[in-house]
Amino acid sequence: MTDFLLELRSEEIPARMQLKAKEDLARLFHDTLAKAGLAAASVETFATPRRLALIATGLPLATEAVSEETKGPKVGAPPQAMEGFLRKTGLSQDQLVERDGVFYAVVEKAGRQTADVLAEAIPAIIRAFPWPKSQRWGAASVSTESLRWVRPLQGIVALLGDAVVHCEIDGIVSGAETMGHRFHHSGPIIIGNAGDYIEKLRDAHVLVHFSERCRIIREGAKAAAEAAGLTLVEDEGLVIENAGLTEWPVPMLGRFDPAFLDVPQEVIQLTARVNQKYFVCHDAAGRLANAFVCTANIDAHDKGAAIVAGNEKVLAARLSDAKFFWEQDLKVALDTQAQKLAQITFHEKLGSVADKVERVAKLARWLVEEGIVGPRSPAQAGAQPATNESFDQVLDPGLRRGTQDLEGASNPNVTPAKAGGQLRSKQLESKGQEMDSRLRGNDEDISVRALAGQAERAARLCKADLVTGMVGEFPELQGIMGGYYARAQGESDAVADAIRDHYKPVGQGDDVPTAPVTVAVSLADKLDTLAMFFAVNELPTGSRDPFALRRAALGILQFMQHNELRFKLNETIDYIRRLAVLEGELSSDQIGGDGDAPVYRLDQVGRWNDDFDLDLDGRLAEWKDEKGNLQTASLETIEPELLAELVELLVKPDELVTFFADRLKVQQREAGVRHDLIDAVFSLGGEDDLVRLLARVKALQAYITTAEGANLLAAYKRAANILKQAEGVDKNTVAPAQAGAHHVSQSGTTDEIGSSLRWSDADLGIEESALRTALDAAEPKAAAALSVEDFEGAMAALATLRAPIDAFFEAVMVNDPDQDKRAFRLGLLARFRDAVTQVADFSKIEG
Amino acid sequence: MSDVAPLSFQDLILTLHAYWGKQGCAILQPYDMEMGAGTFHTATTLRALGPDPWNAAFVQPSRRPTDGRYGENPNRLGAYYQYQVILKPSPPNLQELYLGSLKAIGIDPLLHDIRFVEDDWESPTLGAWGLGWEIWCDGMEVTQFTYFQQMGGFDCKPVSGELTYGLERLAMYIQNKDSIFDLVYNNATADRPAVTYGDVFRENERQMSTYHFEVADTDMLFDAFKKATAECESCLQHGLPIPAYEQAIKASHIFNILQARGVISVQERASYMGRVRDLAKGSCQAWMEKNRWAV
Repeated sequence: MTDFLLELRSEEIPARMQLKAKEDLARLFHDTLAKAGLAAASVETFATPRRLALIATGLPLATEAVSEETKGPKVGAPPQAMEGFLRKTGLSQDQLVERDGVFYAVVEKAGRQTADVLAEAIPAIIRAFPWPKSQRWGAASVSTESLRWVRPLQGIVALLGDAVVHCEIDGIVSGAETMGHRFHHSGPIIIGNAGDYIEKLRDAHVLVHFSERCRIIREGAKAAAEAAGLTLVEDEGLVIENAGLTEWPVPMLGRFDPAFLDVPQEVIQLTARVNQKYFVCHDAAGRLANAFVCTANIDAHDKGAAIVAGNEKVLAARLSDAKFFWEQDLKVALDTQAQKLAQITFHEKLGSVADKVERVAKLARWLVEEGIVGPRSPAQAGAQPATNESFDQVLDPGLRRGTQDLEGASNPNVTPAKAGGQLRSKQLESKGQEMDSRLRGNDEDISVRALAGQAERAARLCKADLVTGMVGEFPELQGIMGGYYARAQGESDAVADAIRDHYKPVGQGDDVPTAPVTVAVSLADKLDTLAMFFAVNELPTGSRDPFALRRAALGILQFMQHNELRFKLNETIDYIRRLAVLEGELSSDQIGGDGDAPVYRLDQVGRWNDDFDLDLDGRLAEWKDEKGNLQTASLETIEPELLAELVELLVKPDELVTFFADRLKVQQREAGVRHDLIDAVFSLGGEDDLVRLLARVKALQAYITTAEGANLLAAYKRAANILKQAEGVDKNTVAPAQAGAHHVSQSGTTDEIGSSLRWSDADLGIEESALRTALDAAEPKAAAALSVEDFEGAMAALATLRAPIDAFFEAVMVNDPDQDKRAFRLGLLARFRDAVTQVADFSKIEG
Repeated sequence: MSDVAPLSFQDLILTLHAYWGKQGCAILQPYDMEMGAGTFHTATTLRALGPDPWNAAFVQPSRRPTDGRYGENPNRLGAYYQYQVILKPSPPNLQELYLGSLKAIGIDPLLHDIRFVEDDWESPTLGAWGLGWEIWCDGMEVTQFTYFQQMGGFDCKPVSGELTYGLERLAMYIQNKDSIFDLVYNNATADRPAVTYGDVFRENERQMSTYHFEVADTDMLFDAFKKATAECESCLQHGLPIPAYEQAIKASHIFNILQARGVISVQERASYMGRVRDLAKGSCQAWMEKNRWAV
């Protein structure tokens, strides 16, 4: 048994790729050796910016000899089969072994030297390595087939025990030599074996353990902050990133001018973190301090004074840029900025962002006026969660600055120094105050009106920050900056908070806004996005969801659940559909809406879809009928129902509801709710109140996972199978009414018809009679419970059927030779099936 | 950089010239046309194509109309200087050569924190991309280091190594100045005082910013864009890749001024960039064909 060391030394590997590379190396090594019948006792991998390494312990020096047996043709098989087998195996017939009338080829494979296996494995691993991006380099790259690596590969150390495993790939020959720290060590280091690798490199200022570098950064950064009387804002993403940028990490504290603290703290943290990879600190009061921690890669002669000074200067330059944007942006009212949104395309088929804002503003108002989002929602009392959350959310470690300072096309988002400055208007301020005072009133009507006004106001401003200099520079700050600018120009807190938070929630873990104005704007924004992209058929496919529609739908689901919004999806979609009427061109009652319905510009609608076009100059609607023939109708005389139908073509409410159902399944799967149960409730149809739907699914799950529920499900499946077979044999014989002697129908009349009249209890077996009685009792109970959304009650009513149905199956043979008896029994089963089905479609339930 | 006086702006350039000249680079002069970056110089774009070795270094004035700040921002300029090195094929010790150049201009890597931070380069207007890093010195990006993989849409065979130093940034670093305009430009003598970068260029920044943001005649520029485009296509038809490429550079710069004037909408922007890319790619293709290089 011996140990093996592999080091693949290269130019600097991107920090973000190193951890994954460690995993990939371990996996490839394991798999490649396993194919040769080798396994190590343990495998450990290492990554630094300049090397990817692996130590495997407990490898045998040679693989064991194996005898491989391949089954061939039977004795007496056609000669062609034998010829083919001999060709395949390269043997002659006398070399085959015959056993039980079958020929076998037996090949003895000698054991191989592990060193030989490794010599082949190393180039194979290198060639197969799945870097997210790789490159060619050097003289060999005259061919596009030359070796690819994440950055130029410089050297290979391969030692099995104390011996070099000889291999070569694209001119790079393996050996025992490596390099230490780029600046702290010069000249090659000779590694003796796997046992001295880690320490020899440590002596050369390289910490090969990724986790050790992480620990030094984590603890060192904390200590540096504490030494200055501050608290480090911990950030594991930054720890990992800095560990990927250093072989010898040295955290150090630096300062910046406190005057920069006027700039919103999110901006400072983003600049420090994303652009410079610095940690930030809090002071004793928990406020952002004018300090940062950077991580150097050297132990400098001067203890890092020059490094800290240099980093301070860089951050100051960045912050002064940010301060410039902040101050410039404050000079322009958000209303003025919002006008510029007409220049920004939302989507080529859907007009500008200004068009979207217009729709969202109307929709947000409507959501309040309809009472879907109300002042009385439980949320209203509670203040918005602290900014901290929105803060963390923008600081995604994957974000990088989009522009390159040294090359490339000019950044279109940079605002020139002289960007003009209209100051905020007094009018806005007074408007905000007026709304506030309205909200304070007790009259609910007034507060709905005020809320609707605030929702519309916030929606009109919510995208305005997209054209500010700051968001141009830091797109991650969209929303957050709008909130700051809104507050600065005197908008009410409710409006400013709504602008800040309207992108939320951005994922399953994100907090869900509860303030009613925020809910209205956020919901309206997401609904509009979904409805519009569905209208133009830009739907997510597979892993591609370029317009983040799944996230939008998930956000809406989170709102519904978290804020218990009672929300008719179909009605809302219908409302959006009605928005698609051009104001003044068509009256809303032409499509059956109420007179107050706000409107979309129908000329936009017209170009959304190939199936339907509006010629507004000619005042014509044009569409293709089922045969594909072009039809036209005058807009003055078109039937409202027809127009409504045509507009329906655009919005596809059914697809949207299905889309929501799918998102709900994905979301609830994580919460442990079974997707088949969601299907079981969904497939009943007519349920588009997702809060209610979920309550129903949960009640179903609670019941179906009990032993009793499982029995009922089994009984249902048995009944359904029998009925299905019977329906295959003779149609029309199976109708629940035939077994319904005592059944009271929903209309309240006794449902005794046809031959079933003949069946009194006296004629029935005891089990049949009991089942009929149980059904008579359970059906109205379940229906009554459902009508008041008491799903547990409905389940309980079904539960009473379990014993009688079990007894029925136990004692009664359904397929009686007497056709009347058979029909009656089938009828009972059909009643049972239908009673269960009014609660959920049990045929969709698995198990 | 403590004992001796730091390099003046011009000595920084001269030192780099001497260093890279010693490494066998041809020291070229700037391309005499307005362009956004040193990569646009034919010594980079066109020479990155084909199999022939090529080693050159030069300063390239780089114009970025939208980055103009009327000479008021200490860190931003509408026109500045890049120092460009291209080595083809990329030598195995390119990183060491680069670090040697930093030592030559007075940066001690045991006093300053030099880092190679992932930065993949892409120029949509040139149809080019490569992998590499931005080089940090104490957290400041001072150089872009790229292994070209494609140029004008063609695979680089072999790959070139490209270094682009931001001269003003490096000089600010070496001279420890907070504003570009305070950089010492030359070396004073007893009777001839030194001048600053601001003395030399601040007025240019003011006037060019005013021109680019407020004055430039957009009708004339739209027209010039069209004409440059047409001229490029005509040159391509005549099998003249170099003059064609010059027209592509011209169109690119005109587009940048139009951007600064704010007359190109977001929707139009992509299509203008697409036009320029087509011209640049067409020129590269014609260059390949002229040299009879397989694509």
